[in-house]
This record gives sequence, C-alpha cells and structure tokens, in this order.
Amino acid sequence: MSSALQILAPDGSVVGEPPGLSDAELRALFLHMLQIRCMDGRMLKLQRAGRIGFVGTATGLEATLVGAAAPLRQEDWLWSGLREGGAAVMRGLPLSEYVAQMYCNANDTAKGRQMCNHFQHKGTNYPSWSSVIGTQITHGVGAAYASMRRGEDTVHAIHFGDGATSSNGFHSGLNFAGVWKVPAVFVCTDNGWAISVASSAQTAASSFAAKAPAYGFPGIEVDGNDVLACHSAMAEAVERARRGEGPTMLVLKTYRMLGHSSSDDPTKYRADEEVEAWAKRDPIARYERYLMERGVVAEGERADLETQLLAKIDAVIHEQEAAPPMALKTLVEDVYAEVPYHLRREYNEFIAVAEKLGHAQPGDGAFPL
Amino acid sequence: MANLTLIQAVNDGLRTVMKADDSVVVFGEDVGPKGGVFLATEGLTTDFGESRCFDTPLSEDGIIGTAIGMAMNGLRPVAEIQFQDFIFPAFDQIVSEAAKLRYRSGGQYTAPMVIRTPYGGGIRGGLYHSQSGEAYFAHTAGLKVVIPSTPHDAKGLLIASIQDPDPVLFMEPKALYRSVKGEVPEGEYTVDLSTLRTVRQGGDVTIYCYGAMVPVVERAAAQAAEQRGIDCLVVDLRTLMPLDEEGVLEAAKQTGRVVVVHEAPRFCGYGAEISALIAEHCIEYMEAPVRRVTGFDTPFPNTLEHHYLPDDRRVLDAIESVYDF
Repeated sequence: MSSALQILAPDGSVVGEPPGLSDAELRALFLHMLQIRCMDGRMLKLQRAGRIGFVGTATGLEATLVGAAAPLRQEDWLWSGLREGGAAVMRGLPLSEYVAQMYCNANDTAKGRQMCNHFQHKGTNYPSWSSVIGTQITHGVGAAYASMRRGEDTVHAIHFGDGATSSNGFHSGLNFAGVWKVPAVFVCTDNGWAISVASSAQTAASSFAAKAPAYGFPGIEVDGNDVLACHSAMAEAVERARRGEGPTMLVLKTYRMLGHSSSDDPTKYRADEEVEAWAKRDPIARYERYLMERGVVAEGERADLETQLLAKIDAVIHEQEAAPPMALKTLVEDVYAEVPYHLRREYNEFIAVAEKLGHAQPGDGAFPL
Repeated sequence: MANLTLIQAVNDGLRTVMKADDSVVVFGEDVGPKGGVFLATEGLTTDFGESRCFDTPLSEDGIIGTAIGMAMNGLRPVAEIQFQDFIFPAFDQIVSEAAKLRYRSGGQYTAPMVIRTPYGGGIRGGLYHSQSGEAYFAHTAGLKVVIPSTPHDAKGLLIASIQDPDPVLFMEPKALYRSVKGEVPEGEYTVDLSTLRTVRQGGDVTIYCYGAMVPVVERAAAQAAEQRGIDCLVVDLRTLMPLDEEGVLEAAKQTGRVVVVHEAPRFCGYGAEISALIAEHCIEYMEAPVRRVTGFDTPFPNTLEHHYLPDDRRVLDAIESVYDF
C-alpha cells in the first residue's frame, strides 16, 4: 500500500493534496457514503427476514463507489459489477427502483428477470449487468468506441473486481481499449477477496496496476478507503480520457468487510484479525474525522443523518412491499422486439393450464396466434 | 439486376447498408485492407474509410464483446468471425450477453448487431474450418439464426438482419460462396426473417434443408423425379430462429412424407426439432417415419469429408425410403 495514492491517512489527517471541492460537495460525498452503508444494513435485514433473496454488500467499499462516481458527468457511462448499485443511486437511480430491483417485483425496470442486486438505470447510463464475471469490460470498451466515433466527450467508467482481472474480458477489453485509445477508465476494486479466493491468488504479477502498462496505458494504485484519493485519481483519469488521451486503469485497494453475499460465510476462509485490521481503516470513519476537523460535519451528527436516511429507505421499502403481482406475459416478452410465433404458442399452452389452476390475473390471457 | 456469386451478394449487401446508414460499422480479423480471408469485405475500407470497416486485434471474445457495447450505444455493428469454428471463445458473449440483454433489462437495453460467419464443410478444412454449429445458437433464446443459400437471399437476408432490432447470427455457407450465381437486385431490399422459401413444388415427399445443403437436395429431387417420377417439395428454411413453423407444418401436411437434411451432426441437430414439430402437430398426416440425412455424430473429418457430408445419393436414398414406406 505504500505506493498507493493517499490523501487522508486512516486517522483522517491530510497527507496529500485534497481535490478542490467545496464544503457542500465534501458533505454530499459523506452523505452518499452513509446512504450506501444504511442501504446495505436494511437490505441484509430484509434478506435475513426472508423478504428478499440475495444481497451483495458494499460495506467497506463506500469510498471507492462514491469517490469514483463523483467525477463523472450525467451523460458518462458507469459499467458495473455486483457492488456498484450505491453509485447508481448517487448518480440518479431512484431509491424506489433500487429497492424494487432487490424485491424483483413488478415495479422493477428489469421486470423481475434478474436475481437481486443486479441494478440498471437507463437515465444515467448505468447498463444492465449479467452475473458472468468480466463480460461488461468489453461492452464498455465498445460503447466508448461508439462515443469516440461520434466525436462526443463522454467517458466510460468500467468497474470490476480483483477476480475479474483473471477473466477473458479483462484481457480483451484492456487490449482493445489500448489499441483503439478509447475514452474509458477501468476501475478495478481490489477488495481482497473473490468470494473465497484472496486477491493475492489471482495473479503472479507484482500488482494488478502493473498489468495496465502492458496494454499501453497507465495503471494507478489508490487507497480505496480514502474517498478523496479515489475522487482525485478518478477525476484525473476521467479528464485524461475526455481529452482523448486514452484509457487509465485505477486499482482501488480496499476490503470487503462482509461476505461475498448474504449466502456466504467468510469466517471459513479468512482470519478475524485481518477483518479487524481493516475495520480500523473504515472509509466512513476516516472521512468523518476529516470533515469534523474541517467543520463540515459536527460531532455526533452522523447518528442523526443515519436516522434520516433509514427513515427514507424504510418508507420506500413499505411502498415496494405493496407492489402488484407480476404480469405473466413477461415470461415471453422482451426475448425479441416482437413476441414470435413459437413463444406465443408456448405461452398459450402455459396460460391454459395456469387459468385452470387459478394462477392467472386479468390481462394474462392468451396471445393471438 | 446483376448476376452475382453468393459472396459478391454479401459484399453488395454490406455496401448497400453502409451507404444508407452511417452507424453501420464492419469489423473483425483481416476484414480491413485485405477484405477478409474470403473477400466478403473486399474494398469496404477503401470505399468507406477505416472508421467504417476495420481490423481488430485477434480475439473473438473481444470482437463480440465490443460489438455488443457499440450496439448498446447507437452503432449497428456487423462483426465477422473468420470461421464459425472460431466462434466459441465468443460463445459466452453471444449466449449470455447479446442474446439475453433485452430480456434481462426488461427492454431497456438492446444489442442490435449482426455476427457474420462462414460455416460448413466441403473445402478440405478439417475439424476447425468446417463445422456447422447452428444448433447451439438456434437453442439460444434472444438470438436469431439466419442461413442463406442463394445470392438473392444472401443480400436480402443480410440487409434485413442488419436492420433487425435483435442480434442475428448470419451463417454463410462457404461451400456456396463462389459455386452458386444468381440474379441480385440492385439497391436496398430485404427478405423477411422467419419465412421459408419453397425451392421446388411437389406432392410426394417434403425435404427440409438450408444453406449448402440446398443445391444438394435440389440435385437429389431432380434425380427422384427423373428416375422414379417422385415429385419432391423442397423447402429452404433460411431462418432457423425464429422458424416459420406454420410454413414447416403446412409443407409436411402437403405430402405426409418428410426428409430433413443438414450437414451438422444428427443428435440434437436442427432436424430433431423439425421432426418433433411434425410429430407434435401433424402426426396424423404422416404416411412414413421422418428420415434425417445428416453429418455423423463425430468431429468433422478431413480426407473423408465427402462421405461425412450428405450428398445427392444419400438424399435420394432417403427420398425413396420414405416414398416406398
């Protein structure tokens, strides 16, 4: 970590050059980080209560999400992996859509087709993500090529984790990006673990960042628990991409404080001491100390802010609990632009049985053949 | 009208859409100045510039992955996979990403793109320059699978595929690239994706085929008529997904005797689907069991490829067996 860019030391003291943000902007970053932690907490409770099926938390990663998303413009794209949902909310994904997606209910813009924790938001260019690791990397590169070809100055932030650096998509994506010199920033969040495999077991290279120069562009290590360092590094990489100078890879070194998901027990494969050591580097506590020192957040204010955030989240949860049932035709819609003959027939065979069993709602009836 | 080979018709189709739509980009391995190993993209870089037709690094996964991203962001990519045998590094991108994007996003994101790829045997290409993998892809919901057999259809189906809102795998029968010629209209026209073509009318035996098997079946049908007076109804499926199911069943009912021909292996091959459709929906019209004439359930051979590939004698034998049943 000694070579990683750091602006705030774990005790909140300033050890680098802070980005030129106003107090209001600094405070907004703090609120976004708190919101992610609050959402994670609530979603985990819902999962434990059996209301939703799966949660992949960002607890411990808040500085990476907020710091790397803040320098993006509305029209820039954020290509996500599992844990970037909080960045989507920060950029404009309505909380109601976030929660609807966790419920996979009829209000979900993906029509309940994806499992939980697979967000999308067309309005802020946050595309649908598949569960397959690393596949979004080449998508982001192709989309960045399209932006570049139209002469736009749009930038594509392409997120993935330490495990994805071993995937085909990482190699293809970074290679094509270097050759085409596309306006992209690769954001590798090295959170220490790919489910149960330590990031040190993913590569024999001296670091993940060391891979970027092999593709013809810089790789920069950043203290991923330092929101100002993440912000500063991302802002510089984004501006470089916007100027047409090509891609950069950032490696945000952080730690996944909880399991891979709500289905994972991390005590089986990692030591408590490691988790405790990282808890002392908590990104929110660190940033809070800096903001208190600067007079942007008052001592004890965090608890009030969290209460307000949780109330807002809880209100949305109550709304989503009352979602209407899913229309059965969504089973066969959106496979193609039009529902083809064979799917209409398959659906009609199904709905005849569903109607007999009383499972159909008004509107679920057969397609004309 | 121009008298073109199938590959000239592909080139003509690409030019036609590239002229009409600036968002169409053509790319892949060696498709730029060289014009592709079969010359399907000959002259496109010269005539449209490097931003419209260009070479990529040698990675099928990268070609298809970036094509998806381009399609998601306003371009109409036409990506070439040099041989269909080389498509499998991109299988995940095609099956898990391109094909599923519209569905998984509830229609918010789509990947309108075409993957062109030469397929099939008959060029002494051995295991890795000869395969017919259409069944893998026709099995994939969200993907369209198109195989032309004439120059006219190659151009019209290709233009329709590029204009289609969904991802299309456009499989070109390389054995026919220069062995068939036909009249091709100038300018833009489309052939509907999901309508079969009746190649030959007949009331005795129905034969389903596509791609490079169409001329083989035509020869066998001519021999059946000449030698035995058997009138074959020959159907070129053209679009394997979505299939013209009503047309398929109608053709089966007309004769009650069915042969399906493809060069791909038989087990879980496309002929199995045709047979099952007929068994499910019009068994009462059948006078004989369905016969399949196909490649073997083996890897593709080299020296003995002429025995692996269905030829007119094997097709004629099947015609006679269902007719005489």
